[in-house]
Amino acid sequence: MKELTKIKPQKGLIGVNLKELYRYRELLFTLTMRDIKVRYKQTVIGGIWAVLQPFLTMVVFTLFFGKVVKIPSEGIPYALFSYSGLLLWTYFANSVTKASNSLISNTNLISKIYFPRLLIPLSSTMVGLLDYLIAFILVFGMMIYYRFLPPLTILLVPVILFFTWMFAAGLSFWLSAINVKYRDVRYVVPFFVQLLLFMTPVIYPVSIAGKYRWLLMLNPMTGFIEAHRAMLIGHQPINYGMVGISISITVALFIGGLVYFRSVERYFADII
Amino acid sequence: MKTDTVIKIENLGKCYRIGEREQYLALRDILMNLVKAPLRRLSGQKKRNKPYIWALRGINLEINQGEVLGVIGRNGAGKSTLLKILSRITAPTEGEVLLRGRVSSLLEVGTGFHPELTGRENIYLNGAILGMSRNEIEKKFDEIVDFSGVGDFIDTPLKRYSSGMYVRLAFAVAAHLEPEILLIDEVLAVGDIQFQQKCLGKMQEVANSGRTLVFVSHNMASIQRLCTKCLLLEQGKMRSAGNTREVIREYLQLVSEVVNIPLHQRVDRKGTGQLRITGLQLLDDSGAQLNTVASGANITLKFGYSTGTAPTKDVHIALGFNNRNGERIFNLNTLTTSDPLTLINKEGFVLCTIPRLPLVPDDYFITVFVTIKEVISDWVQDAFKLKVESGDFFGTGKTQYDNEGNFLVLNHWEVV
Repeated sequence: MKELTKIKPQKGLIGVNLKELYRYRELLFTLTMRDIKVRYKQTVIGGIWAVLQPFLTMVVFTLFFGKVVKIPSEGIPYALFSYSGLLLWTYFANSVTKASNSLISNTNLISKIYFPRLLIPLSSTMVGLLDYLIAFILVFGMMIYYRFLPPLTILLVPVILFFTWMFAAGLSFWLSAINVKYRDVRYVVPFFVQLLLFMTPVIYPVSIAGKYRWLLMLNPMTGFIEAHRAMLIGHQPINYGMVGISISITVALFIGGLVYFRSVERYFADII
Repeated sequence: MKTDTVIKIENLGKCYRIGEREQYLALRDILMNLVKAPLRRLSGQKKRNKPYIWALRGINLEINQGEVLGVIGRNGAGKSTLLKILSRITAPTEGEVLLRGRVSSLLEVGTGFHPELTGRENIYLNGAILGMSRNEIEKKFDEIVDFSGVGDFIDTPLKRYSSGMYVRLAFAVAAHLEPEILLIDEVLAVGDIQFQQKCLGKMQEVANSGRTLVFVSHNMASIQRLCTKCLLLEQGKMRSAGNTREVIREYLQLVSEVVNIPLHQRVDRKGTGQLRITGLQLLDDSGAQLNTVASGANITLKFGYSTGTAPTKDVHIALGFNNRNGERIFNLNTLTTSDPLTLINKEGFVLCTIPRLPLVPDDYFITVFVTIKEVISDWVQDAFKLKVESGDFFGTGKTQYDNEGNFLVLNHWEVV
């Protein structure tokens, strides 16, 4: 029996078609590869950029916040402290910035061919994973330099990376879909991401916030960054409660984003 | 659904809010509306309802396995909208469609091609976008490269390709799709004649292999040649469907009626509208206005235009001449015969002179196509009718031609 496709008006909330997403998995891979390849074409140092961005940020932050302002870093070298945060933060920030604009930058695909539109923001959030891996190498370099032995919990890092991806993707579903209709998003996101850096314990420990800690907790990246650092360095126990809150918010945002995206994607081709 | 029906369209309709296709909103507009709405209510004004437009409505059609359906109609008739719904790019407002089998659509060649990537990388990318699996592409890779004829350039970034090579590579990938249902929008309008023939041949092959084809085109000759069935759309509605020859005849009839509408009232046009052609006058040598022209006369086509921006630079105009059968018999294009035009004023005229008009007496239809910086600004199919009467083309005083063929060609005879 040949496959049967039924086309009809779409109204109300629409679920996610997992079967279809699975069938298009190769396209997801291809789109991701496209972005990865295009990224460093005609650059001299190529993939080294992936390390350079968090590394230079770390150097500047270490000079200013570590040496001048003397922000406490939970008893570990400030450079290691901030790099372990910046590593994950850079992935998150770049993914959200890129993915929220992804539908617009793929207008030609959306208006000319059918495929699950979710693939576009999804692939944009995958691209940065490679950069993360490249930048991760430097962590080992710093560990050797500072004579730190990575704890066993380093094996848990992929779990945190997965949920950070999920948070970035969930946010991107919302933002990219809204961006199709309201182009303001394009201007808001880079600004918002920049501000969020200062509301996330990347360059300072959560403890510094004192009684306003709960405010920081509303931002899922707080739990992820803290746990990521604890798993990498082992300087303090992993705060599972905080991670739990982050994961709950992330999952809710992700599912909400999926449903919202699916419900509005029907007009993408008409107004993009 | 009968077993040999592969596409069944039932009461299909698509409605757009006017302007929805182009416009996007900024939050500012929403905020402005929030402020304005209560004020409007206070002042007793009613909320202005945005008008709706049915781009397509009441379409019912069944297409059987192995049929080749041609979709024709003037600009804005809904052809592209129909194709976009069938290929699931946009959802219909009402009605439904059932498709049986794997569907591929080609609304443009080279969808997703990336200029920075090499030909090889783009074959994989484009193939995946068109729905081919990696395995499938790998198997057909050599064939695709062969068909495209890009040869050694396969590992060169696409941005270094000529436009001809680009199109050939793009079509080569598309030609190796093996869907059961193939939807094609005027992709054949690109490329050189030889390549177009190759493409038509490939489509014929697809049609002969029992697959189903839906094909949108303005080219009546290829519709006639390929299609077993034809659908004529007019302002979003089905005007007729069935036998290709009859439907084409009806389309041509329609064209001959439409051409009587003054150009500035025509709405079946495409393009940004930055510049519109508003009218045409026929002038003779002395600048006097004519209604009909004679074979062999020196004529001037005087186009009125209007544009919002002056001066307008980089304007190109093309005039396509069709015969009664809807076949393009020749094309006049500033791209090949002139530098880009610069229009100084917001309204004015452009003159195109044809010395010694070499057409046999008949009716001809002129399509106007205007681009500004390579972006289509105005495009009206069959904008004018050119009525050619007998005239002394050869300068022999003999005006009785036998009306064989389309053209008059100067010639000399002698016995040696």
